[in-house]
Amino acid sequence: MSNTTKNSGLGMTAKRKLADAVIYIVLILMSIIWLTPFVCIVLQSFRVESTWQVGYVVPKVWGLDNYKNILNTDFVKWYSNTFIMAVVVSVVQTIIVLCMSYTLSRFRFKLRKPLMKFMLVLGLFPGMLTMIILYRVLKDLGLTMENAVPGLILVYVASSGMGYYISKGFFDTIPISLDEAARVDGANRLQVLVTMIAPLSKSIIIYTLLNGFMGPWADFIFAKYISFNTSAGMNVAVGLNSWLSKDMIATRYTMFCAGGVLVAIPVTVLFMMFQKHYVAGVTNGSVKG
Amino acid sequence: MKSGFFNSLKNELKDLGTSFIRGNWKTKLSFVVMGAGNLLYKQIVRGLTFLGFEVLFFIYLFNGLGGESGMYWISMLPSLGKTGPGEVYDAFYDQYVYAYNDNSFQILLYGVLTIFLIIAFIGAWRLNIKQAYGNQLLSERGKKINKFKDDAKSLVDESFYKTLLALPLTGIIVFMVLPIAFMFLVAFTNYDGTHDGYVTNLFHWVGFQNIKALFSFGGNTSYGKVFIGILGWTVIWAFFATFSNYILGILVAIMINRKSIKFKKMWRTIFVLTIAIPQFISLLYVSKMFDKSGLVNGLLLKLGWISTAYDFWGHPFSARLLVILINIWIGIPYLMLIATGILLNIPEDLYEAAKIDGANPIQQFRHITMPYMLFVTGPYLLTSFTGNMSNFNVIFLLSGGGPTNSAASSAAGSVGYTDLLVTWLFKMTTGAESQYYMASVIGIVIFVVVSTVTLIVYNVLPSIKNEEDMR
Repeated sequence: MSNTTKNSGLGMTAKRKLADAVIYIVLILMSIIWLTPFVCIVLQSFRVESTWQVGYVVPKVWGLDNYKNILNTDFVKWYSNTFIMAVVVSVVQTIIVLCMSYTLSRFRFKLRKPLMKFMLVLGLFPGMLTMIILYRVLKDLGLTMENAVPGLILVYVASSGMGYYISKGFFDTIPISLDEAARVDGANRLQVLVTMIAPLSKSIIIYTLLNGFMGPWADFIFAKYISFNTSAGMNVAVGLNSWLSKDMIATRYTMFCAGGVLVAIPVTVLFMMFQKHYVAGVTNGSVKG
Repeated sequence: MKSGFFNSLKNELKDLGTSFIRGNWKTKLSFVVMGAGNLLYKQIVRGLTFLGFEVLFFIYLFNGLGGESGMYWISMLPSLGKTGPGEVYDAFYDQYVYAYNDNSFQILLYGVLTIFLIIAFIGAWRLNIKQAYGNQLLSERGKKINKFKDDAKSLVDESFYKTLLALPLTGIIVFMVLPIAFMFLVAFTNYDGTHDGYVTNLFHWVGFQNIKALFSFGGNTSYGKVFIGILGWTVIWAFFATFSNYILGILVAIMINRKSIKFKKMWRTIFVLTIAIPQFISLLYVSKMFDKSGLVNGLLLKLGWISTAYDFWGHPFSARLLVILINIWIGIPYLMLIATGILLNIPEDLYEAAKIDGANPIQQFRHITMPYMLFVTGPYLLTSFTGNMSNFNVIFLLSGGGPTNSAASSAAGSVGYTDLLVTWLFKMTTGAESQYYMASVIGIVIFVVVSTVTLIVYNVLPSIKNEEDMR
């Protein structure tokens, strides 16, 4: 009896080692696939000899030309547009989302369930549909094209209350007995929120801030619509995309790479710094929907 | 739900009747003068708010506040404008001048807005009577009636939710509900580039003509064939995009989580990098990698595997395969993160028991890991499926919807083989021939499809329903 266990045990270790080896190979291969595009874009951003796509990766002549040239283009404007939007959206959106999710988690009022159902249904409409009318109304208000930044901020922020799910899920996990204890001690609801709940919610606040900050960098469709082919009103996504159009790509491809790197650096650094909170938010949201 | 609505409507009407019959003169006055029932019980701020709202509402409705009146917009709604732009005789200059007249867009917009305002007014009126009658009852029983100070206190306490919801809900109503109501109505008009309602031509109601056109086949003005094709691809895409990411992401998480695997943090960081870098950069860059003159073709040519560059984005099958594969590249890291968190929560003794029963890793995966994951992430799978159906960025930035489907009818515009319903919708709203009405119809169709899927899944899944269990 003990003999057979030992034998199969030995077989198991060999098997386990083999499995480990296979897994390492798979992970290494995957890492290569996942990192290749990023390595390529960085390498190509330093290429001097040609501004178009070429069939090889490593530049023959290295230099900072693309980074210098890009500073003389509208890229600077796109960058500052996006940065301003990111900061404002991040803060305002976080306030709105937290108001909404905290309320729906903590209060029981008559219209709560109907409200949540209503927003669920509302969320099933393609948001892009609203763009047609919002564009025309914002145009009448003079908030499109070169003035797209305030218009876009309004669009991003206004309906952000819809995205309350993840932080509501988080608030649901904070025991309600904490609230009740504080209320017994004479604190009103506002005081409960500020002194008890907020300090406990650091990770979800950071998650929401981070998400809000990353939104304007990634948005394409709304920015394209509202800026309406006016360079001064574009964000980085729309601007850099315009460089890849048929008549621009030949002269702008490597500058696109440089721009991509310049956009990716701050966002990536910020993301990596707060990765822990982001992961907590994503995991939390996927479980409680 | 429906019977609940009618029941509550019945109750409201009954309450209204009771308040009128049993109400004293103060309550009865508030049926006409809003806020009277507050002012006469010394609730000055509430009373003035009601009264102010009523006065402003009626001025807007009959006279307008610096623009046309509410009644004008409502009265124009059935026609959406009578006189379009055109030449009119100008007696002063004795010549014909071009003039813009009615504005269909504004009529529809302000018409909808006025209807919303009327609904809000009815709600406020009802609330005002409720408060008046409530105050009457309180004073009859000799109880205290809340003053402004009490109200203000309540707004940071019992009614704190009203304060918190005010801003978010205003935003949602103005920027989501109103536009959606407007766009829903556009589906029943002929609003497009050549009928923009003001500069080019007025637009008008056309009934169900657009919806019929979407489901009609044959001829140059039909959309049916294109629509079915795009709908089919949208569902196929959503299915593969969701489940390929889901299964592969879980597998990657399991591999990294395996006890004997080292450098866990490094592996995770490599994948997380894909999330950190703004998606449009990776999507655009990867899209260009597969270009005819891109890196992939360069490599394949160098290796001698192909002799002429292959146009990956030029063939329907390779383009469709590529968007799914690249989406895996984009999506696996998210699933890996999610799965990692959940896998750590699966009770270890489940696996111990399975091992004792002689289950191999594959059996463990099938009978423990997958059922547990499916149970916990059911809602996520649903939102991810519906999200993928409308995944604009991945498709638009990778393939732009191409390669172009040359067999598509001219009315459907330049659609391609990787176009989803949303990218088709987008294409409908751009260009000189912007068919806003058709974009609106497609939007409604997307809503119907997505909500059908959601309803079915919602009723099947156990983990969504019991919200209160989480507390």
